[in-house]
Amino acid sequence: MIHVKSLLGVLFAAVLVLAIAAPAAMADSTVPLPSLAKAFKGTQCVEPADVMRRQHMTFLDHQRDETMRQGIRGNKYSLQQCIDCHATADPKIMDGSVRTLQPFCGECHAYAAVNIDCFACHNPTTPLQTSGNAPLDKMIAAHMDSKKRDSQ
Amino acid sequence: MSTSKTFDVARRRLLSGAAAVAGMAIAPGVTLIAPADARQAGEAASDKVRWGLLIDANKCDAGCDDCVVACRTENGWQGHERPTTDPQWIRKVNLKDNKTGATLSLPVMCQHCENPPCVDVCPTGASMRRADGIVLVDRHTCIGCRYCMMACPYKARSFVHEDTSGQKPHMPRGKGTVESCTLCAHRIDVGGTPACVEACGQKAGKEAMMFGDLNDPDSAISKELGKRATTRLRADLGLEPGVHYRGL
Amino acid sequence: MKPVLFTQIEGNSGAYWSLLGWLSAFAAAGFGAMWYMEHNGHWVTGMNNQVVWGTPHVFAVFLIVAASGALNVASISSVFGRTMYKPLARLSTLLALALLAGGLMVLLLDLGRPDRLIVAMTKYNFKSIFAWNIFLYTGFFVVVGIYMWMMMERRMNRYTKMAGIAAFIWRLALTTGTGSIFGFLVARQAYDAAIMAPMFIIMSFSFGLAFFLLVLMVSCNGTSRPLGDATLAKLKNLLGVFVAAVLYFVTVQHLTNLYAAEHHAVEAFILRDGGIYTAVFWIGQIAIGGLAPLALLYHPSTGKDRSMIALAAGMVIVGGLAQIYVIIIGGQAFPLSIFPGYEVSSSFFDGVVASYSPSLPEIVLGLSGIATTLLIVAVALRALPFLPASLADADVDPHYVAPPEPEVIEEDASEGDEAGEVA
Repeated sequence: MIHVKSLLGVLFAAVLVLAIAAPAAMADSTVPLPSLAKAFKGTQCVEPADVMRRQHMTFLDHQRDETMRQGIRGNKYSLQQCIDCHATADPKIMDGSVRTLQPFCGECHAYAAVNIDCFACHNPTTPLQTSGNAPLDKMIAAHMDSKKRDSQ
Repeated sequence: MSTSKTFDVARRRLLSGAAAVAGMAIAPGVTLIAPADARQAGEAASDKVRWGLLIDANKCDAGCDDCVVACRTENGWQGHERPTTDPQWIRKVNLKDNKTGATLSLPVMCQHCENPPCVDVCPTGASMRRADGIVLVDRHTCIGCRYCMMACPYKARSFVHEDTSGQKPHMPRGKGTVESCTLCAHRIDVGGTPACVEACGQKAGKEAMMFGDLNDPDSAISKELGKRATTRLRADLGLEPGVHYRGL
Repeated sequence: MKPVLFTQIEGNSGAYWSLLGWLSAFAAAGFGAMWYMEHNGHWVTGMNNQVVWGTPHVFAVFLIVAASGALNVASISSVFGRTMYKPLARLSTLLALALLAGGLMVLLLDLGRPDRLIVAMTKYNFKSIFAWNIFLYTGFFVVVGIYMWMMMERRMNRYTKMAGIAAFIWRLALTTGTGSIFGFLVARQAYDAAIMAPMFIIMSFSFGLAFFLLVLMVSCNGTSRPLGDATLAKLKNLLGVFVAAVLYFVTVQHLTNLYAAEHHAVEAFILRDGGIYTAVFWIGQIAIGGLAPLALLYHPSTGKDRSMIALAAGMVIVGGLAQIYVIIIGGQAFPLSIFPGYEVSSSFFDGVVASYSPSLPEIVLGLSGIATTLLIVAVALRALPFLPASLADADVDPHYVAPPEPEVIEEDASEGDEAGEVA
């Protein structure tokens, strides 16, 4: 016969052990902290780094609905612009023939074990040099210029 | 946190000017066929405009599939040598009259209906109609149930049956979602024309496809529609498609 | 009528555990099939851009339709007050929930993006019958769960009738919603008919009762519970009525279509020229699913034979799957009529009958739905008292008349006084 009290006692002991052991375990953690690749271009992101770190998904979620549902282009949090600035070439990835987001987005997301759903559909690679010819690229470039003018 | 609605008005005009110039510089066919204004950055699509197509099947060659090739190149939906599951956003259909034997050829794509059955049946609202008349799939919300594919009378939609890679940056697409002709919304939004229309127009003697604003009585397409009657596919269903055909 | 005693099954025998083992294996295989389909993409299945819903949907729709029908027995007892069905009511609600769970599992595992289930549960387009169905299906679990609780908790028994009525109305809405999935489609010649909704309701009566009958017979047999002829006769006669009603609705649907020149092509396809679909319709749906069970159930000699009754119920289930196969897959295989009056050809299979053949992952996924249903039932029967201890005529039939006791002939009259025992 299993008594409820003894069950609770076991549970309490387990929690106690975990609570003591966990910080000790973390201190000895062998998982390396993420080292993010420096952005390919631009001096600063559209928002400060600590704001972006916490809220980039909120911005992107809102932005994607505006673009998708209402057809608003050239918005501040354009995913294409993120890719354009933050994708970098890594010799371990496709021999450095393209720039990818793996050295940037991939680092923190691997550490935090958060799956990125975006890049199943959005191509996370971009040419080594931005082509800047397509109309949308031109609009992004114009937007980047306006940001530069903003920050000056 | 406030998102970016606080654009400086002067900067907005500068941006729209740059984009419009870019649009005109890149797509020389635009001004000849149907001058479409680029929307300003930050401006939403509005229902004052209704984009549509006019396809003259009489000018369409049975053997020509330039529109299909152009769409495939523009939007990156390549085949995998599996015709039953490969996507097709636009296809050439060859008709032969049952009784008279007369033949006809025309392209069929999403008809961008005003009352789209695909939008009605989508459980999550991923299948949507933008204010300016373009019917799209919001692939962020699509769960891949394929009900819209059942509902479409034109078989316009395709399901992505396999992993995708090498997507065009302006056309994200991925496994497990449904897709169809977007009327090249990414081009239209910056003042261009759909790739199929552009490809058709570039060949001399063709120009079987025309694009423009159906709501604007002065647009080239509206004037052309007014000259001689056109039909729409399955007009009896009352869906009010945005694609008109001549020669059917 | 005597108060009914409900008991759990013992569930200790090797047969029981091996049954659980097999069912779990099949259910798990379904998840394996889903992983295979989702990981590689749907190109590994038989479904394509022409036939977008395939074998998994056939099984899923069958199970969902049968789920609402399985509740019928409980409704007859609670809503319509038939006392002989009261001992069966608990099993009926259990089966309804289990069938719905199995069907939904198959449906959800086939989605292109099953990871977006949360999206499906939070973003709704209320013009879509699918969106309504999400509420109807989840609500069914709640409503029937409460109904089951009212029946099984003695203090709540006085609310059973109210809960039963609520469940009855809910399941009618649910089945109407399921039929409307097809009835609301203007695009396809085989759908776009208002009759689909009531036809699905009558199909649910038939399939659900057939499933219930089989489960009842197997579980009584397997646990040595007496199942009286009176109960069985009532259920089998009811099944016969429902099978006949389905045939009626099918007749009306096709006759109506045959009247409209617009639908002649699709009717010719289903009834005559459709190859596999015509065969499945006439042999599977009509013969095996309709005429043969009717004959077995009503013929005086076979109608009393338990194995014949079970066979008839099994045939109804096979016929039901065939019917849904013709509806879903036959309906999609027939080409869309975009250019009436023209012969059509294209690179996207316009104008031709679409090809579809079920692939192994699809079949495994579909079967796993049935396995899940049966697994839930098997486990639940052991956990809670769903089965009546006895369904013998003496215990449940209010019109039961005990057979006259045989006369005892005394063997030795001379010793009668001493013995004093009379049998």
